[in-house]
Amino acid sequence: MNSITTYQINISASTHNLSEVRDFITGHAESCGFEGEQIADIRLAVDEAVTNIIKHAYQNDTSKEIDITLKISDSQLCILLIDTGKTFEFKTYEPPDIKKQIEQKKRGGMGVYLIQSLMDSVSYTRKGQKNRMKMCKNRA
Amino acid sequence: MKNFSINHRTRSGYSVIDLHGELDAHTASQLEDALKDLINQKKCNIIVNCAELEYIASAGLGVFMAYIEDVRADGGDIKLTNMSDKVYNVFDLLGFPALYDILKDESDAIDNFNS
Repeated sequence: MNSITTYQINISASTHNLSEVRDFITGHAESCGFEGEQIADIRLAVDEAVTNIIKHAYQNDTSKEIDITLKISDSQLCILLIDTGKTFEFKTYEPPDIKKQIEQKKRGGMGVYLIQSLMDSVSYTRKGQKNRMKMCKNRA
Repeated sequence: MKNFSINHRTRSGYSVIDLHGELDAHTASQLEDALKDLINQKKCNIIVNCAELEYIASAGLGVFMAYIEDVRADGGDIKLTNMSDKVYNVFDLLGFPALYDILKDESDAIDNFNS
């Protein structure tokens, strides 16, 4: 039988809380048998996603909140991030052109690419007033 | 919150920045300030030692992107050393090794500056 364990936290939209989110993800992933490189991938992807929500969806308004739900089953680990901010562009499948960005003094665009590279599936949808980003990593 | 700290020293006339801890969108501003300080002082031959850097997110890489042109325009460079495999993987995923010197250790960086 495939059992699913669910964990949840809610954070205010401040980059100050990123390390708490990483610890939350890492701790539960470890206790559910995920290892080294896979945990590193998941941790970075979630950090990038939460950072994007804070900066782009909420534009650093720390009074806003992000709901983070982690579901771990026998076959995979999924994270659902819910915010009520602006919808941001989430369709970059190409690696960012870092050389061009340096020349144009642009940063950013790297997070979305990292998320898509590091996770096995990613979806981003808006339902009502809420943005829902779901990302999953299959067990090795 | 996990600690992130920066130590600054000089070795063989080159500025060395030691990074400790976790570099994310929250702590990236500390690195930004450190690099800005050096550039303002026209110290543009910079070695960033990542031996104690446990984690990096793209916000950290963004800081290196923001200042590399200024440093190179002044005849200097930012050379990165002593990266763990985990940290290197993030730089590699985004194609940084083609644009930045990422070297084994400080001695290699100094040799590279001198060559």
